[in-house]
Amino acid sequence: MWGGRKLGSSGGWFLRVLGPGGWNTKAARRLISSAVYVKNQLSWTLQIKPGIFNEYRTIWFKSYRTIFSCLNRIKSFRWSFTSVAQAGVQWCDLGSLQPPPSGFKRFSCLSLLSHWDYRYPWARLYSTSQTTVDSGEVKTFLALAHKWWDEQGVYAPLHSMNDLRVPFIRDNLLKTIPNHQPGKPLLGMKILDVGCGGGLLTEPLGRLGASVIGIDPVDENVKTAQCHKSFDPVLDKRIEYRVCSLEEIVEETAETFDAVVASEVVEHVIDLETFLQCCCQVLKPGGSLFITTINKTQLSYALGIVFSEQIAGIVPKGTHTWEKFVSPETLESILESNGLSVQTVVGMLYNPFSGYWHWSENTSLNYAAHAVKSRVQEHPTSAEFVLKGETEELQANTCTNPAVHEELKK
Amino acid sequence: MRSQGPPLSSFGVWLASRAASDPSRPRRQGYDIHFHDKKILLLEAGPKKVLEKLSETYSNRVSSISPGSATLLSSFGAWDHICNMRYRAFRRMQVWDACSEALIMFDKDNLDDMGYIVENDVIMHALTKQLEAVSDRVTVLYRSKAIRYTWPCPFPMADSSPWVHITLGDGSTFQTKLLIGADGHNSGVRQAAGIQNVSWNYDQSAVVATLHLSEATENNVAWQRFLPSGPIALLPLSDTLSSLVWSTSHEHAAELVSMDEEKFVDAVNSAFWSDADHTDFIDTAGAMLQYAVSLLKPTKVSARQLPPSVARVDAKSRVLFPLGLGHAAEYVRPRVALIGDAAHRVHPLAGQGVNMGFGDVSSLAHHLSTAAFNGKDLGSMSHLTGYETERQRHNTVLLAATDLLKRLYSTSASPLVLLRTWGLQATNAVSPLKEQIMAFASK
Repeated sequence: MWGGRKLGSSGGWFLRVLGPGGWNTKAARRLISSAVYVKNQLSWTLQIKPGIFNEYRTIWFKSYRTIFSCLNRIKSFRWSFTSVAQAGVQWCDLGSLQPPPSGFKRFSCLSLLSHWDYRYPWARLYSTSQTTVDSGEVKTFLALAHKWWDEQGVYAPLHSMNDLRVPFIRDNLLKTIPNHQPGKPLLGMKILDVGCGGGLLTEPLGRLGASVIGIDPVDENVKTAQCHKSFDPVLDKRIEYRVCSLEEIVEETAETFDAVVASEVVEHVIDLETFLQCCCQVLKPGGSLFITTINKTQLSYALGIVFSEQIAGIVPKGTHTWEKFVSPETLESILESNGLSVQTVVGMLYNPFSGYWHWSENTSLNYAAHAVKSRVQEHPTSAEFVLKGETEELQANTCTNPAVHEELKK
Repeated sequence: MRSQGPPLSSFGVWLASRAASDPSRPRRQGYDIHFHDKKILLLEAGPKKVLEKLSETYSNRVSSISPGSATLLSSFGAWDHICNMRYRAFRRMQVWDACSEALIMFDKDNLDDMGYIVENDVIMHALTKQLEAVSDRVTVLYRSKAIRYTWPCPFPMADSSPWVHITLGDGSTFQTKLLIGADGHNSGVRQAAGIQNVSWNYDQSAVVATLHLSEATENNVAWQRFLPSGPIALLPLSDTLSSLVWSTSHEHAAELVSMDEEKFVDAVNSAFWSDADHTDFIDTAGAMLQYAVSLLKPTKVSARQLPPSVARVDAKSRVLFPLGLGHAAEYVRPRVALIGDAAHRVHPLAGQGVNMGFGDVSSLAHHLSTAAFNGKDLGSMSHLTGYETERQRHNTVLLAATDLLKRLYSTSASPLVLLRTWGLQATNAVSPLKEQIMAFASK
């Protein structure tokens, strides 16, 4: 019952005593994986970002690494400190993007996908030498591509968010299907996954039987996603990936999708109104829009901006703009004005120690929303008019008094 | 010989199984609606077992099936087949010490069945029949053996397949999203995955035999007596037949198997009836506690009953096999899961070995079903660790308790005998505790 555990991958060896399953093995495995990842990292070239501030930061992170590996061994709680290097995003100061320091994980209440915002990438550089290695760039892209599908890596919170968002999407869509096929509940549905990244959410939806199109403006992400789905012949047929933005495909795909999913995307979009309008345009009447994002509250400021960016210094300042976080009320009002009626808004909370998400009444950090496009009309501005016209008609039909009828028409 | 080339077929789930261990896994998965479009391959080392007609003589290998396991078997229709063949329900269990008068009697208040004694062959046949019913989703390859496993990289690499590749003895290769190892305590899957196994051999072997009773009785009681050399158990098979499981030292076991039938029958009867190991000191101490219990809880005093006497043993039914304990440090790895004896091996004294295996099946099926309904990759660690945590918590307790009991009852040293005498008598008197024990063992 007590035994050592060896991981023989890429030369990374860490012994751990496994208790009789009484404690959280998922947490343990994440520790181990990140520890193994450490060893892989050590063989990569690190680079210094010019400036004294960063030297201090390098030292500070190195000490964090030591502390963290000690914490690892005594099995204390994990701190999620890392930044995510985004493939394909330019950082004007630096020649190459490098992996995050060992043992650090992303603090998960933040959104991980900043690929819509081209201003600031997430990369953090640490180095022991002054050399810039170009081949490292190629390596990094490959390494970053791997990160998407490493379930215990930096994208672990996004992987575990699937436990919430897939049932959320599935159950709400099943309400619209009278009888579904066992094993393929979403068979026959066409879904658009906007900002699909490496395909983390696209693949589960594909496995449930839906035909999914995943779009992302970052080429590398789509390449990773393509590569990953190619191993599964079933998924290969059901999922299609494209490198483009939503606006580019609005014309050709108007009113073709039963559902549009924009998970961890709207807080990075520059023009939210246009984005949501486009989402509405590609939806069939009666189709569903699913959004997960971060709320604009003092708490999200404190944890998402102050703590992660300014105190811990993981995220370069200005990467996340608190002003771009979207509150449920704002989202609701924009959706309603575009002819989408909001059915559900529910909060999500991430526990960084267990690595699991939970539904919550509290929407002050992360939340999920489900809206349905009304079947009646398409033109957003004519919504009110038609509604009014309908009401008038209804009243006219029930009213027998011609005088009242005249008044109503006015 | 088929050439090795690109993988011939792609499977959702793959099981490496051995005849005696958990073949119910693919049946259970074949019947789950969430696995409707998944393909399952069962790799079976032995030949296909076809039971044309149930033989007159009972097999000497039997298992005690708990109500929880029976529920699992009936969830996919195998239990009906077993009922149509043969099984024996028992309603009471008496467990007592050879060194003292202490005993514990288990029974359910409403005299429901506590468990069922079913021959292993009967179980296998029922499962094979049900397997044939889902042959569109489950493929079985008999007499096949995997010779090489290729594990996926821990981090998804651009060119390498993220699935498990298996090469068979005949050269054919398969790839799968999830490999389930159900191949017994010398599991090849476990060894190939490099999962550490904590194990030791007991200095005991178990002798099994089919016994004919002197006279027909209702025979719905399971008897077990702890001798200093090891426990001896009599399990009901029919009104006139019972199955013997006698764990004893290797030498004694070899002797028992080779001695002539009359001497063997005498040995069995005296093992159950003889009070030679009693000592005055222990008897007095035991009587004292018994008196105290009778004052406090008069209804909780159980009188020792004697098991039915044995008249003869079935020819050629005496077999012995070695005993040991084993527990895998991990039940799961990425895209690999271990169930049954591959994950844990236990002493037969508590009759829990196969029930723990069925519990593993039930738990893994549940986790995989939920994962499939969530569109997850079946080999993903996120739900596999859930299965591991759930089962390790249950199994390690049972393993530790069984090992402790085995060691506690292997001695005739007075202090320990006193301890266990009083302990047993006290446990017998405390109903809630007995009920807890029964509930835990019935799962």
